[in-house]
Amino acid sequence: MTNSPHDAAPAVDDVFPDFDEVPSASVARYALVLGDDALIAAQRLGELISSAPELEEDVALANIGLDELGQARALLQYAGRADGRSEDDLAYLRDEAEFRSAHLVEQPNGDFAGVIAKLLLFSLYQRELYAALTGSTDNYLAAVAAKAVKEVRYHVEHAVTWTIRLGDGTDESHRRMQGALDAVWPYLDELFEVADFADLAADGTAVDASALRTAFDTALDVVLDEATLTRPDVPAIRARGRYGEHSQHLGYLLAEMQVLARKHPGAAW
Amino acid sequence: MTTTIDKQSMTDSARRAAARVPDPEIPVLSIEDLGILRDVQVEDDVVHVFITPTYSGCPAMDAIRTDIDAELREAGFPAVRVHTVLSPAWTTDWMSDEGKRKLAEYGIAPPSGHSAVHSGPIPVALSVKCPHCGSLKTRELSRFGSTACKALYRCTDCREPFDYFKVH
Repeated sequence: MTNSPHDAAPAVDDVFPDFDEVPSASVARYALVLGDDALIAAQRLGELISSAPELEEDVALANIGLDELGQARALLQYAGRADGRSEDDLAYLRDEAEFRSAHLVEQPNGDFAGVIAKLLLFSLYQRELYAALTGSTDNYLAAVAAKAVKEVRYHVEHAVTWTIRLGDGTDESHRRMQGALDAVWPYLDELFEVADFADLAADGTAVDASALRTAFDTALDVVLDEATLTRPDVPAIRARGRYGEHSQHLGYLLAEMQVLARKHPGAAW
Repeated sequence: MTTTIDKQSMTDSARRAAARVPDPEIPVLSIEDLGILRDVQVEDDVVHVFITPTYSGCPAMDAIRTDIDAELREAGFPAVRVHTVLSPAWTTDWMSDEGKRKLAEYGIAPPSGHSAVHSGPIPVALSVKCPHCGSLKTRELSRFGSTACKALYRCTDCREPFDYFKVH
């Protein structure tokens, strides 16, 4: 027994943890929703590698995308256990209508303000979501959330910093930031819809997404105020990504993401 | 009684082997220094190694799994299973003092202060010390660095840029 001054990593219980736990079909569907959001967000961020406005931003957006990809992998691995599919099966071999991601994350990046507007809304939502999910009665989901919430805090800071810089910047950057926010605003409400997970929310497995809206709005208003931006007054679209109904953009995104895996089935690299 | 002793010495030997595995991205640190290595147990001649990812998307985890397997085989353990433990989530608080010293020597500023996760909602920003000249007059160039766990800083005294291992 060493008497180390630092807080050593706690040892695992003597009893092996239940690392092969299989989720029920409905918990798997919920994990798929969260995992698909993270996966599609990661893919969109990946498009910016080598094409962000500056090198540091390339690195930052790639790192944020990597965090999202890691969260997606953990969630898809879990979801896949329910019917024996791997994370790769789920990412590469599902068609558009089988994806459960929200419309917000599949929207094209647009200009840099567009990237930041989307990241701002999504990361503020994810921060509330994962913070609440750490209390899930499902141990696996709670563990994924505990890791993810620390990562998302950095994403929020990054998006907030840029929103303020662009919003409270030049006339041109202000105009573009406001325009970008107005453009993604119609896709916001879908994130806070409970879809068909009311039962899971009631038993403490899933997060009641509608209950996150107040905290989200409060945090967002502080940012918009400092960025001299106006809360958009744009109606929400009727988005049904949770039911596999997507905008035209997801198909193109998947084509690029899946082409290699589909063209060379079983290939490893 | 003999078997108990054997099992204990096997476990110790397996643990020493696993603790030798370096982090593939920061090879001066072992996975034990980083606090990634959580536990080593021997059950029916199978060595179970438990590791915790630093970040969800850390691409080094696959390499670490392979390296643990290779190191233990080398040490005479043919049956190895590496398990990923997600909870409690990894924090830089688990990095050993020895690890922090080695990081600074390598040119990466170690995490300053404790993770706010266990102590409260407001992270206290401490000065980051330049690993080259020791100055505390440094500034953040980018919150995101060459890997997920690092940020990019520059020393305003010696003007050198350096990586900072973020408090997480």
